[in-house]
This record gives sequence, C-alpha cells and structure tokens, in this order.
Amino acid sequence: MREFGYHRAYDVAGALALLGADPDARFLGGGTNLVDLMKTGVERPASLVDVRELPLDGIEPTADGGLRIGATVTNSDLAAHPEVRRRYPALTQAVLAGASGQLRNMATVGGNLLQRTRCAYFTDVTQACNKRVPGSGCPAIEGEHHNHAVLGASEHCVAVHPSDMGVALTAFDATVTYETPDGPGRSPLTDFYLPVADTPHQETVLPPGALITGVTLPPAPVAARSRYRKVRERASYAFAIGSVAAALDVRDGVVQDVRLALGAVASRPWRARTAERALAGAPAGAETFAAAADAELAAARPLPHNGYKVTLMRNLIVAVLTELAEEAAR
Amino acid sequence: MDPVPSPTHSGITLNVNGEKHALSVDHRTTLLDALRERLDLTGTKKGCDQGQCGACTVLVDGRRTVACLQFAVAAEGREITTIEGVAEGERLHPVQQAFLDLDGYQCGYCTPGQICSAIAVIEEHAAGWPSAATDDVRPEAGPPPLTPDEIRERMSGNLCRCGAYVAITQAVARAAGARTAPAAQTTADRGAAA
Repeated sequence: MREFGYHRAYDVAGALALLGADPDARFLGGGTNLVDLMKTGVERPASLVDVRELPLDGIEPTADGGLRIGATVTNSDLAAHPEVRRRYPALTQAVLAGASGQLRNMATVGGNLLQRTRCAYFTDVTQACNKRVPGSGCPAIEGEHHNHAVLGASEHCVAVHPSDMGVALTAFDATVTYETPDGPGRSPLTDFYLPVADTPHQETVLPPGALITGVTLPPAPVAARSRYRKVRERASYAFAIGSVAAALDVRDGVVQDVRLALGAVASRPWRARTAERALAGAPAGAETFAAAADAELAAARPLPHNGYKVTLMRNLIVAVLTELAEEAAR
Repeated sequence: MDPVPSPTHSGITLNVNGEKHALSVDHRTTLLDALRERLDLTGTKKGCDQGQCGACTVLVDGRRTVACLQFAVAAEGREITTIEGVAEGERLHPVQQAFLDLDGYQCGYCTPGQICSAIAVIEEHAAGWPSAATDDVRPEAGPPPLTPDEIRERMSGNLCRCGAYVAITQAVARAAGARTAPAAQTTADRGAAA
C-alpha cells in the first residue's frame, strides 16, 4: 500500500479545504470499500480526509413530509430509524439486505453511493479494466460475467453497481446533495450516475473535489407500502445477482401509483420507468405485472453467461408486485 | 523502534478495553494489526483481512466492526473492546459462557469474532433493530423475536469454516435468553447436559 497522510475534518469547509490541498486525496468514511481497495492497490491515495466527525450524521423529517439523511449516517442507523421504517420500509429492507452487521455499523450513506463495482477484473490490478485503466479493455465481456449487467452497459464495461440501498433510494426519487469549493449542488439519484458509454471510469456527476452532504427523500405516501427483495447466491452476506425495490398503491383493483427500481442489472441502480408507465392505471394482476416487466426488460442485452438475469428479473418483478397487490387487497 | 512521526506516521493513543495505549503508527497500520502486533492483543484474529469473514470483529464505541478495514489512526478517540475485554475479571461474559457450555466452536479461530459479534447482536436486538430476516420492519410491528432465523441472519458476518453454526446459534440464543424453536431447544438442552 502506498504511504498516505491522514487528516480528520470537523466541518464541511474544512473537509473541502483538506481535500483541495492534495490532488491525490480521498475522503474516508466507513472505509469498508476504500480501505479494501487500498489494500489491493486499486486505490492509491496520497492522503485521506476522514469525514466521520462531520456534523452530517442526522436523519431529519423535512417540512414537506420527506426525509433528509446526512451523508455520514451509518447504514445501521439508517435502517433502524423509525421514520425510515415507517415511511420507506423498502429502504430499511434494502440496507439490511446488504453486507453484514459489522460492515453496516461502519459504512455510510455517502460512501454507499460512491462504492465501486465488485467486478473481479476491476478489483484485480493484474487484469485489464476500462474502469480502472481507461482504454485497457474489458475482459469480463469474453470472460467471467455471470453477475454482470444486462441493461445500459456498453462494449467498454459491463460492471454492475453493487448497492442495495441505492436501489430503494432510486425508487423513491432521492436527491443527492453535495458541497464544492464553488458552492452547493444537487442531483436526482436517477441522474447521478453517468451513462457507461466509452467512459466507464467516469461514474458520477459529482464535480472534482465535491463532498456528498446527504440524500433527500421527497414525501411518497406510496412508499409506506413497499418492499425490497434480493436474490443472491447464498442466504445472507452476499451481493445481489438481482434485486427489486417496489412500492404499489392499488385502489379498486387499479394501479394508482407505482415505484420500481432494479439492482445488480446495470452500472447504476435502474429505475424501471418503462414498467412504471405500463403499470399506471392498469388493472393490478399477474398479467399486467408480467407485461410491464417484459416492457422494461425488452432493452436487456444479456451476455452469454448472464441471460438468466432477464428471466430472474421478470419473475422477481412479478413476485414483488403481486405480494404488494395482495397486501393492498387485505 | 517506533517510526519517527512524519506526514505518513502519527503518534496516537488507542483506548482499548479501558486502557490507554500510546503508540506511533504508520498510517497504513490497520486497527487489527495494531491490536495484534503492537499491543499483543492476539485474541482478535486475522482471517481474510478484507472484511469478508468477521474473525477480527471488535466493538468500537459499543458497536461491532471489523478491525481489518479500519486504520488504527482513524480509531483514535474511540473506545475499542476486544475479546480480552469482555469478561469481568474471572467471570466470563454470558456469551462466552454460553459458547463454552454449548460447544459453540470447533477449532476456535473464529470464536473471538463470533463472541464479540454476538454480544453486539444481543444489544442490537434489545434496541429493537430489525434484520433482513424480519418480516415486517415497521416500528408498529414491534421488535421481532430472536428466532434461530434471526440469529443466523444477524450473525452472517461471521464465517466458521468448521461449520459450528448449529451450536453457535444455540449459544447466542441461550445468551440472549431467547425462546428458540422446540427442536433447537431440545438439541441445546442435550448439549448442555452432555
């Protein structure tokens, strides 16, 4: 590991100044991804700015009935918060479906959004990877890609975003807020991750030197009845091979409102707007749900070894929407 | 010899098991290596060293964490509890006692991490935290009973390559005073009587 300087920041302005003082500096939150990547040599920062003492660890209701979640809130505190559990239960479920109790106590909301893919070629510095070394190639396309993207990928990168939390946040129209030396900024999470195209190394819209300060969830009454369901290769403590965050409001057998986002299928949490449009105003039932899933997945471009994901996601979408519809009918 | 303080080294004080330890560290030193190699607290084990096995679980400010993914310098100012600090003198922690009574281990390598994790699991459950095994996470649903499914899910960050999971689950349940499923309880009671 490269030697590095260590600084602890106590306010946002101080954190930005410390980061700006070293072009090779990185913010250190929970460290559950960054420290691992430093050990393997994927990340080689010259200095770390520890942001865990920043006053960004609160979860506050907003005036309009949403929630404001600070960037340094740990996954554990987010999942356990009564208002998150009450208003956005799928967000609690998503966070609890990720990692382990130990890692959730360390990991932060800001870091979760900026975590890197677990593609084995990205994390192995002896391999080519367009995300890690632009222009070096993507061995996953011809190689091991059973858990890679089926939506929104490109011939340059087929890695998936590993977050569970981000899938629920995407379904609920979260906005990322950040601070830069030139002032504050914000981005809807649906626009936060850049298209892969031929620049897979450029992952987000964050300007250089920016610090995520939090995530804002708008009010979403539909989210009170929501679910996150995750499929993985063992029962717990594994990344998703496919996941769904969904909220559904059904009245008189007709879909009034729906939110749907998919995980582990693309370079970002995938908001399923095509499916949502197909569902709005339609009769709630297995046929509608399957047609909506098919409409969304029509854009899927599976690789030789991950075609199962298209079937998996179709079934997962139908199953979760059916469960929510049955719950609504009770 | 301790390295000379420089931009890449710091003099720090680690508060471990209620004792303060002054040491100079290369910033690359993980909390795990500082505990084992500098403070001779070798109860905390190094398994995968990449946050995947839980063998290095320690409590930081009362919460379970993995020591391999924290830098020692970043742990300054926090209260660290290792397996060496959970007993009260000669009196074992109830979780330690339950692991002993129910044979919650085989080779023992993962055991310190399992026990530190279980101590926190019981606290988290008592605080009303749901888990991925909890059907209804809404606060109105109340805290879930600490069933074997709940224990397995909450303990999933601690791998046991010997596969002592059955007895580990029973030990955690006993220490929590939780009501387990009848079959599991029978096995647990047999284990205790043996």
